[in-house]
Amino acid sequence: MADFETPELKEYPVIPLLHEGVMAHSKPFIAKEQFQEPLGFPGELVDNWQQVAYDKMEELTGKYRSLQVFLDACVKCGACTDKCHYYLGTSDPKNMPVARQDLYRKVYRRKFTFAGKYFPRLVGAVDLTKEVLDDWYSYFHQCSQCRRCSVYCPYGIDTAEISMAAREVMDTIGVGQKYCNEIIGKVFKIGNNLGLPEPALADTLEGLEEDIEDETGVKVRLPLDEKGADVLVVTPSADFFAEPHVDGLMGYAKVFHEAGLSWTLSSHASEAANFGMFIGSYENMRKLSLRVREAALDLGVKRIIFGECGHAWRVAYSFLNTLAGPFDFLDPNYPVPQHILEFTHDLIQRGGITLDKSANDDMRLTFHDSCNIARASRMGAKPGGQFTIPREVIKASCNHFFDMPQDTIHDATYCCGGGGGLLTDDLMEIRVKGALPRMEALKHVVDEHGVTHMAAICAICKSQFAKVMPYYGFQMDSIVSVHQLVSNAIVMGNKQ
Amino acid sequence: MPFWTIVYALLFYIATALLVGGLAYKIRQYAKTPAPLKIPTTPAPVTRQGVVLRMFREVAFFESLFRSNKWIWVFGYLFHFGMFLVLARHLRYFTNPVWTWVDLIQPFGLYAAFAMAAGLAGLWARRVFVDRVRYISALSDHLMLALLLAIALTGLGMDYITHTDIVALKAFFLGLMYFNWQPIPEDPLLLVHLGLVAALMIIFPVSKLLHAPGVFFSPTRNQVDNPRAEPGLRAHDSRHIAPWAAELDK
Repeated sequence: MADFETPELKEYPVIPLLHEGVMAHSKPFIAKEQFQEPLGFPGELVDNWQQVAYDKMEELTGKYRSLQVFLDACVKCGACTDKCHYYLGTSDPKNMPVARQDLYRKVYRRKFTFAGKYFPRLVGAVDLTKEVLDDWYSYFHQCSQCRRCSVYCPYGIDTAEISMAAREVMDTIGVGQKYCNEIIGKVFKIGNNLGLPEPALADTLEGLEEDIEDETGVKVRLPLDEKGADVLVVTPSADFFAEPHVDGLMGYAKVFHEAGLSWTLSSHASEAANFGMFIGSYENMRKLSLRVREAALDLGVKRIIFGECGHAWRVAYSFLNTLAGPFDFLDPNYPVPQHILEFTHDLIQRGGITLDKSANDDMRLTFHDSCNIARASRMGAKPGGQFTIPREVIKASCNHFFDMPQDTIHDATYCCGGGGGLLTDDLMEIRVKGALPRMEALKHVVDEHGVTHMAAICAICKSQFAKVMPYYGFQMDSIVSVHQLVSNAIVMGNKQ
Repeated sequence: MPFWTIVYALLFYIATALLVGGLAYKIRQYAKTPAPLKIPTTPAPVTRQGVVLRMFREVAFFESLFRSNKWIWVFGYLFHFGMFLVLARHLRYFTNPVWTWVDLIQPFGLYAAFAMAAGLAGLWARRVFVDRVRYISALSDHLMLALLLAIALTGLGMDYITHTDIVALKAFFLGLMYFNWQPIPEDPLLLVHLGLVAALMIIFPVSKLLHAPGVFFSPTRNQVDNPRAEPGLRAHDSRHIAPWAAELDK
């Protein structure tokens, strides 16, 4: 299958001993000029790259309090050292959150602190040499920015902030990552990560309408660019045809149909994902977000609802108002934006849809909390709604639900291993190894409760699990969308 | 004026100036640097009062560390709260008359010194024996523990081995505070103890000890979870935005 060994699933999680440098070879493809330029980055390593990098580092610590405080505050207590799924899966010490941060911090210290300038050996400060840059490129692309370390740090130091800064510095000197930067360019040019143009999108949606009619006998619409619709739905483009994503999209359509709500997708904002966050570029993240605002204004909608996607929900929930607000032109009775699960959950509570749980009796389910939803956003009015709302929707749609062990769910959830811009074939080894803690937790409920399927609410999680689960002996179709369960269980035509 | 009195008087003026000036500079820097995005680690409080409570739990109980690692928590807690009591106990050298509560905690302050030393020893042992922590430790991380432990042990030494003249010592510090210098007792243990304390004060603003002010400025812990336009939390026409980011809108 591949030129690396899949880690063994153990009965109980074990913190591995260090094996230095075992993942140093893991590097994603570098972005060529054509993928760098649309984002405003140089096409290759610039001549005076060292100085350009230092200048950028200085600019970033001046712009982000998080970065400035996090670089100063770490005391090397070691609390985070066993918290990263990539460390647990690889045993490479540079995948310990503090060691990953230190790749950046040691350069910050050398250039910008008294101790590092005058006593570099004492505090472990170094210049940004080519070797250090290589380490940056390797190990800052072994961080999925999942924020698990930030939960456990006594100062809340979030490695994601540091790897975002490092990637921004690397982009600025011309060392970008192909996967992320190519995708961002596609959104600028076409509107979505997959590069699916409007006619193809319209065609796909028509096909899905036919599928639903064949299956249920009910004509359910998946409207595109319909002016005057009440709700703009923004969803990850993987929902348009990847499995199991597309089953989720059909679920949204059925829910809207039953709710009798007029809604539309947009070809201009046909992507919920925002890879600008992964590369730490505020400007690119903002440009991507503005497409949602433009689409909402253009179509004259009253509300915006986001589909199942992890980091997209972080950008939508936490950043959209900042990046593309204010949304004073939308209906003030609803949050902007809303999550599709908030909408469906509310509908279930009010008896607005009828669900037949037995439709999912062929599955025994567990739920994977997506990192960006669990630790960087909320659903509903109360803190922690991001944990209860998806579970309540799942439990309303099926009879057999079992949670994975407590230290692997909610805000202690493990990343799928493919987030943060790592969902690319050139990083397969780190993706498989990074999935280890989640796979161990899954095995636990498979053994204890006979769980057959795991539901997720993130396009990246779904794609990642479909790909890596076979490495661990699970079926690739044992990952399902939450709205796929809703789609199976919803009783159509009930409310018309 | 005796030689050592002049040296230590000047040393403490300089150390105090560097500590206060350095910390003021860093705190000002943290306060003035914008936090352009809402990044609280969720679930997070949705009100300002909730955030104050979260920060209090973090600072008073090391809540996140407790979830993270019980050994580090035990040692870290022994050290920090031992040190806190010891410092409070030391207020008697700087106040005249001594405040009542400082009087009341005197007996506890002594045990606290043992707690402080034990905590430091535990943290140092982890740094040496746990491979992950050893890997991330620079020389400065070891030296910092050595410095703090030496301060604790020399302090304890004056309680149990050779007493110093604390009445004269108090006169020395009150003299420094009111610019009316008095001679310092010239016991070697005391001079070492005070020299190390001054060193700690000097390196505070240029070291990882900045975690003390830093934690209060950590956006993942001090931000309210109210970024989106939401009935009851944030109006549809208001947004969280940094000045440099607002420039991009123009």
